Parts: sequence; C-alpha cells; structure tokens
Amino acid sequence: MAQLEIRNLHVALEDGTEIVKGVDLKVDLGQKHAVMGPNGSGKSTLAYALMGHPAYVVTDGQILLDGEDIAELGADERAQRGLFLAFQYPHAIPGVTVTSFLRSAINANRKAASGGEDDPVPIPEFRTNLLAAMEELKVPRELASRYLNDGFSGGEKKRVEILQMAMLKPKIAVLDETDSGLDIDALRIVANGVNKLVGPETGALVITHYQRILDYVTPDFVHVFVDGRIVAEGGPELAHKLEAEGYEAFGSNGNGRGPS
Amino acid sequence: MSSTHETDVVRGIRSDYKYGFSNPDDAKDYFFKSGRGISHEVVEAISEHKGEPEWMRQFRHKSLDYFLARPMPSWGADLSGIDFENIYYYIRPTEKQADSWEDLPPDIKDTWDKLGIPEAEKKYLAGVGAQYESEVVYHKLQADLEAKGVLFLDMDSGLREHEDIVKQYMGTIIPQNDNKFAALNSAVWSGGSFIYVPPGVRVEMPLQAYFRINAENMGQFERTLIIVDEDAYVHYVEGCTAPIYSSDSLHSAVVEIVVKPRGRCRYTTIQNWSNNVYNLVTKRAVAYEDATMEWVDGNLGSKVTMKYPAIWLMGERAHGEVLSIAFGGKGQHQDAGGKVVHVAPRTSSVITSKSISKDGGRAGYRGLLQVAKGAVGSKSKVVCDALILDEESRSDTYPYIQVDESDVELGHEATVSKIGEEQLFYLMSRGLSEAEASAMIVSGFVEPITKELPLEYAVEMNRLIQLQMEGSVG
Ligand SMILES: Nc1ncnc2c1ncn2[C@@H]1O[C@H](COP(=O)(O)OP(=O)(O)OP(=O)(O)O)[C@@H](O)[C@H]1O
Ligand SMILES: [Mg+2]
Repeated sequence: MAQLEIRNLHVALEDGTEIVKGVDLKVDLGQKHAVMGPNGSGKSTLAYALMGHPAYVVTDGQILLDGEDIAELGADERAQRGLFLAFQYPHAIPGVTVTSFLRSAINANRKAASGGEDDPVPIPEFRTNLLAAMEELKVPRELASRYLNDGFSGGEKKRVEILQMAMLKPKIAVLDETDSGLDIDALRIVANGVNKLVGPETGALVITHYQRILDYVTPDFVHVFVDGRIVAEGGPELAHKLEAEGYEAFGSNGNGRGPS
Repeated sequence: MSSTHETDVVRGIRSDYKYGFSNPDDAKDYFFKSGRGISHEVVEAISEHKGEPEWMRQFRHKSLDYFLARPMPSWGADLSGIDFENIYYYIRPTEKQADSWEDLPPDIKDTWDKLGIPEAEKKYLAGVGAQYESEVVYHKLQADLEAKGVLFLDMDSGLREHEDIVKQYMGTIIPQNDNKFAALNSAVWSGGSFIYVPPGVRVEMPLQAYFRINAENMGQFERTLIIVDEDAYVHYVEGCTAPIYSSDSLHSAVVEIVVKPRGRCRYTTIQNWSNNVYNLVTKRAVAYEDATMEWVDGNLGSKVTMKYPAIWLMGERAHGEVLSIAFGGKGQHQDAGGKVVHVAPRTSSVITSKSISKDGGRAGYRGLLQVAKGAVGSKSKVVCDALILDEESRSDTYPYIQVDESDVELGHEATVSKIGEEQLFYLMSRGLSEAEASAMIVSGFVEPITKELPLEYAVEMNRLIQLQMEGSVG
C-alpha cells in the first residue's frame, strides 16, 4: 500500500456545496506527483481536506496515511503522523519568531513520537540544523528572528514554508502552489529543496498551475484536475501537453465549478 | 484542617496553580496575630506592637477614619464579596527578620524554596525581600550596593532607621484619603519595601520583592516607597502568590515612587495570586525633569484586580511608560490599566495594554490620560489591544482622555480580536495541539511587553500564560 492513498474522496463546504467530487490518488515514498488544474477547480480544497481543515467536510471516501484512515483526525495528529502542507497563503503569527515557532513545532512532533513524553530537541542540534537548512534554501539569517510571516513578502513566505518542510521532514509533503510568486532563482532553490527531501523517506504532491516548477521538480506522475475531479493522468509529458493546449482541452470552461 | 485544605485544592479554580500549596500547621506558630475585623483597637495594636513614633500612630488612626467614612467604589469590579469583618489585618509570622535563608523557620524557608527564590537570588538579583503574611521575613542586599549608599529595607525598618525620609514622603504621592483602599492600607500597613538610590548610582541587576499570603482570610497591606535620586537607576520587581482557599483573602498595597531629575525607575509586577484573592492596589509615581518612570504590570492571577499604575510627569521632558498585561480566566475579573498626567511641558508617555479573556473571564483596560494647561509640546500614545478567546469571555476598554492644552500630540489605537480559525489551523498543521497553538498566539500577542522583560521574567511570564491556557481546556 502506498504511503498516502486517497480513495473516492468527496469534499464539501460547510454549506453543503461539493467541491471535490470523487478523487483517487496514490503517493508513495520516493515519488513526485503533480496535480495541475485551473483556478477554482478545487486543488486547495483537496489539500486542506487532506490536512484536516475544519471548514472542509469529507462527505465520502477515505484518506489513508500509511494504511490508517486519518479523515477523522485533527490537523495536529495528521502532522504528527508525517503529513505536511505548504500553504498557498501562509498565515502571519505576530509576536512569534520563525525560530521559536520551528522549535515548538519540532518539539510537539517529538513529544507525539515519544508517546506524549516531553523530549525537547537539544538547542545546539536545533541551531545547527536550522542554520544548515537556511543556508541550503538561501533564507536570509535575519528572517529567523522575525515574526512568522508577519510582513513577509510573498516569496519570503513561500521560502519559509519550504524551510518548515525541510526542518519537519514529513513523509508526505503537499505543496499548494509554492511556485507562484517566486522569482526564477527562488523557484530553483525551492525546487532543489523539494528534490532533496523526496527520497526513501518522503513523497511529494506538488499542486500547480504551471509547467514552470515542473522543469525543476520532474514529476513521476501528472494528474490533471478539473472541476473537482482528476480527468487525465500520465507522465511528465502530460504537463507539456497542458502547457501547449490549455485546460479547455480537458473539459474546463475556464471558470471553476464548471458544468457537472 | 489538613484534609479541608486538600479538598480546597482539589476544588481550586485552576487545578494546576503551581503555588497552591500552603502550610496548614503554621497558624499556631505565628509570633503575633490580630483578631478578625478592623477597628481602632486593631490599628492601635499594630502600631504599638511595632513600637512606632507618635506621628505614625496618628497617621494610622486618621486613615482608618477615612476608610470607614468612604463608601465602596461603585465603579470597576464587583467588590461585594469582600467581608472586612472576616479578615485578619495583621499576622507576624516570625520574631526576627533573617538575612540568611537558613535562619528562617523550616516551614517558611520551604515555601520560598518551592517558589525558587533563593536560586533566583544567586543567579540574577541584586537584592531580595521576602514578605510572608504581614512582615518581611528575609532581606538581603548585595554588599557593593550597600557600600554605595543604596538603601533596600523593609518598610518597617525604613521607618525605624530613616524616619526623616519616610516622614518626608509617605502619603505625599498617594494621600491617605486618596481612595478607600489606600486609606485602609494607610491604617494597617505592614511590610513592603523602602528603597533609596543615591545620585548617579545605577543598580544594574533587579531588586526583587516576593509577597506571599499563606493564611486564609489574610489581608496583606504592604507599603512601598522608592526614591530614585538624580541620575540614578533601579529596576524593582515584585512577584505575588498565595495558596488556594475556598474563602477570600485581600491584598491591598500602596506604592509611592519619586524619580528625581534624569533618574529612571522601572517597576515590574508579576502578579500571580491564587483565584481567591482580591487585589486592590494603588500605585503612583512622580517623575521630575528628564526622568523616566516605567510600570510593567503583568496581572495573571487573583479573583479581582483593580489596579491602574499612575505617573505624574512633573518636570520638563519627563517620560512615562505603562505596559500592562491582564489575563482574565474563569471566575476572574482583571480591571487593569494606567494613568498618566502631563503637568510639565514637552513630557511624553506611552501606555500599552494587552488584555486577554478566556473561559468566561473578564479583562480590560481602564485608563486616564490627562494633559494640564501649559504642558505644551507633550506627546502621548495609548495602544490597547484585547484578545477574546471564546464567546463567554469579555473585554472592556475605558480610555478616558482629558486635555486642557492644545499644543499636544496624542495618539490612540484600540483593537479587539479573536484567535482566528485560520491561524490555529496553520499552527496545528505543524503538529501543535490546539492548546499549544492558542498559547503560542497569546504569547505572540503579549510579546511587545514580554520582550521588555529580563529573560528570566519573560520565560516565567510565558510559562504562566501557558498554564492559564492549559488551565481548563475542554
Ligand atoms: N471557505 C470557502 N468558502 C466559500 N467558497 C469556497 C471556500 N473554499 C473554496 N471555495 C470555493 O471552492 C472552489 C474551489 O476553490 P479552491 O481554492 O479549492 O480552488 P483552487 O483550485 O485551489 O484555485 P486556485 O488555482 O485559484 O488556487 C472555488 O469556487 C472557491 O470559491
Ligand atoms: Mg488554490
């Protein structure tokens, strides 16, 4: 069984509107998957539902992480089991520095891993790892002592999302349009970060509009997502076809919630 | 007795209140204990027991008359639960004050050990005073500061050894009839700190006083007077705790501060009384030319707190700052705030208030900013932010402003917010529990104030907030 298995997943808004309309997807360790789809097709909704956002209701189907159905778990418990979401729009937490936030997050995961016993990461070890990851992702030193996402530029937010991913070392990383808002150098650095992480311990699901990031993160599988469903699947060549022909060739009318 | 206490602890409002221990057996060991209730006889007994000069004896009796004549305040928090007849106004736990922890009776020493105070003294304090019930039982100042002429005594010793200074200042910053509770304090005061910092002397490490109420229905009325002379500096910190009892205790202090030209005084409070204490404190400072006065006021515990640290900016370019945190949890009402009066030209002030309410608690800001005619070119900024954690809780903001001078620059900002679902989800998606995520957001909210604290106190403040947050989740 794959590390992440999504079976016939249906997701609705609190008012009952169905957004994700039956998705099947398997992501295994060592694999890179791309989900490509037009604006408003429900990609972020899928990502939020995977992570357990309370505003998105799973009305049918299963989300299996390492064989366990996590659809009823809180976001914290999903994270502790190795799921990570890089947000399309990360939130600001005024007054909490990137460093202290990262340390708390790591400690929360370590505590869960040791059955609820406190097991804080030794400060020197944390510092070494943080500095190495920041160096690798070219995150400016001063960002570590700024308040999380507070007043960050779009690109800084995205880089710090990837920094969090690198520090938390998830089993499955979902990246929701991490490429948007990045300049070309940043894109390359972020893509390298993803490539470095994916391996025997980690698989990734990269959500994007554009081919652009896929030039650097070569996906093993591409899924075309239109109006809440996967409408086509293939290898990297599918992304090129999309870039050339647009989503309309796959039945999108170009404005989300298309005909059903 | 011991089993009653056990039940009380279990029933305690905050079951994890770390300072909730008490020493149930020591009541019989008190050196001196007045009966319950307040009267001229009690005042006379206190004054006589202390062997005070005649003027102080009269000051006390006069103050009691004021107290009895004044009605209870009809604004602020609900004080109807205070039963003045049921309170012990004076308890002296030991015969002599100690200057070594070892010299204290074991039960009292044990209390301070549990609070970690001897440890803190070794690590980062220039001087320590420890008050248990009505009297300061331990006092110590670093020898080099003593040599420089710094005075750091308990108030009773201050009166005995420096009567001239005490007589000159006591009751001049806060008149004995200022308000009902200042009058009560003036009548029955005992303990507190007396500090004098000579011209040009900078006390680099904090002086700290710890106030501990141990007996049930105890009234603690310490009186503090701080004189910071020209170009001098001191940071004074007070911490307060009490055990959890089923019936209430009263803490009603008076703090008077004088900061002379170019001097600077910072007064930090970490108030963490148990949730059966009425905390009604009057604090006021005067700052002369180019002097700076800063109140940093963290109110986390108590049942009711009414406290509005005040600064009178008397000399040109004097600067005043009030930083206030109020956390109102279940059954608590924190009516906190600040007051600044600009008397002299080109004075400046900043009031920053952060209030948090949770589990049906109330926390708020009540402030007065006053600019007198002639205080030209004065500047003031008031920022009060409230964070309300659930539907049952409440926050109130009363920012009174009274300006009699036109050439001034005033700013006022107020925000009320809730913890956003999106922020919580974001933090939880990184593995933090809901309580941890909320605590992190709250710590971030008060960060503009905690970052002003020395590291040890910032850590303590964050830990207390965490405890409050975990307190009654679910
Ligand atoms: N909380 C919400 N309340 C109301 N409508 C919502 C909510 N979340 C999503 N929607 C709607 O659901 C649809 C899918 O939105 P979603 O954000 O998942 O799309 P997306 O594929 O991520 O789009 P984009 O490429 O622009 O990021 C849209 O029509 C959107 O308006
Ligand atoms: Mg999206």
